[in-house]
Amino acid sequence: MSKSDPDAPKRLALIASKGTLDFAYPPFILATAAAAMGWEVAIFFTFYGLPLLQHDLTATVTPMGNPAMPMKMPFGPESFQNFSWPIPTAVMSMPGFNSVATGLMKKTFKNKGVATIEELRDMCIDLDVELIGCQMTMDVFGFKKEDFIESANIGGAATFLAYAADADVSLFV
Amino acid sequence: MNSEAGDQHIIPAPDKVLDCSGLLGPLPVIETSKAIKQVEIGQVLQLITTDPGSPLDMVAWSQLTGNDLLDSRQEAGKFIFYFQRMG
Repeated sequence: MSKSDPDAPKRLALIASKGTLDFAYPPFILATAAAAMGWEVAIFFTFYGLPLLQHDLTATVTPMGNPAMPMKMPFGPESFQNFSWPIPTAVMSMPGFNSVATGLMKKTFKNKGVATIEELRDMCIDLDVELIGCQMTMDVFGFKKEDFIESANIGGAATFLAYAADADVSLFV
Repeated sequence: MNSEAGDQHIIPAPDKVLDCSGLLGPLPVIETSKAIKQVEIGQVLQLITTDPGSPLDMVAWSQLTGNDLLDSRQEAGKFIFYFQRMG
């Protein structure tokens, strides 16, 4: 009960509702940074965020329907790397385009020194971040507890609300 | 950002040095949080980063964790911080 005890650690309650590679980052980055500083942290994975708890992370990203996403090359001179390529929607819908866009983003992040989603998730586990899978989403999309990493707990809206009721920071991603 | 010779306050020699060059946030914050636990209370940790976000981030880290930021400076594209472990 962080509010009743002034010496209790700060508490962060996050909802991860998106499972694309780009939106997988914010909850894991905030969670690891807060937990490293001694905060209590829980992430509630719901809807499309739920697959982020699967054993193998398969998060992908595409500029399709995502017009603010820059399409940049992770190689070549700096001016070339900083150029954002205008990709026609027809090209984005070609088979294999998702994996190209995903590969480019992963390569860019690696070159810049950003941790991978796998690394951030492992750090969350090491730092005792509570990872909660949404029971209702599991039922709706046909996931089983065995589909998820061992550190994941399963709960519903009430589980999240009980945790968030005493949180200092709550965010929906 | 104080680094002039003859400056009033003297930074104690660091008891530990952590080089986070090439790492982007949240990694410097996470590594600093780990490293501060590896020095005794009162001892000094020197942190080196290249992440342009770290000058603001590490001030916030100091405020949130209660470890004193004794000094910081920018030197040849790197940011250098001195933290004293408080608790």
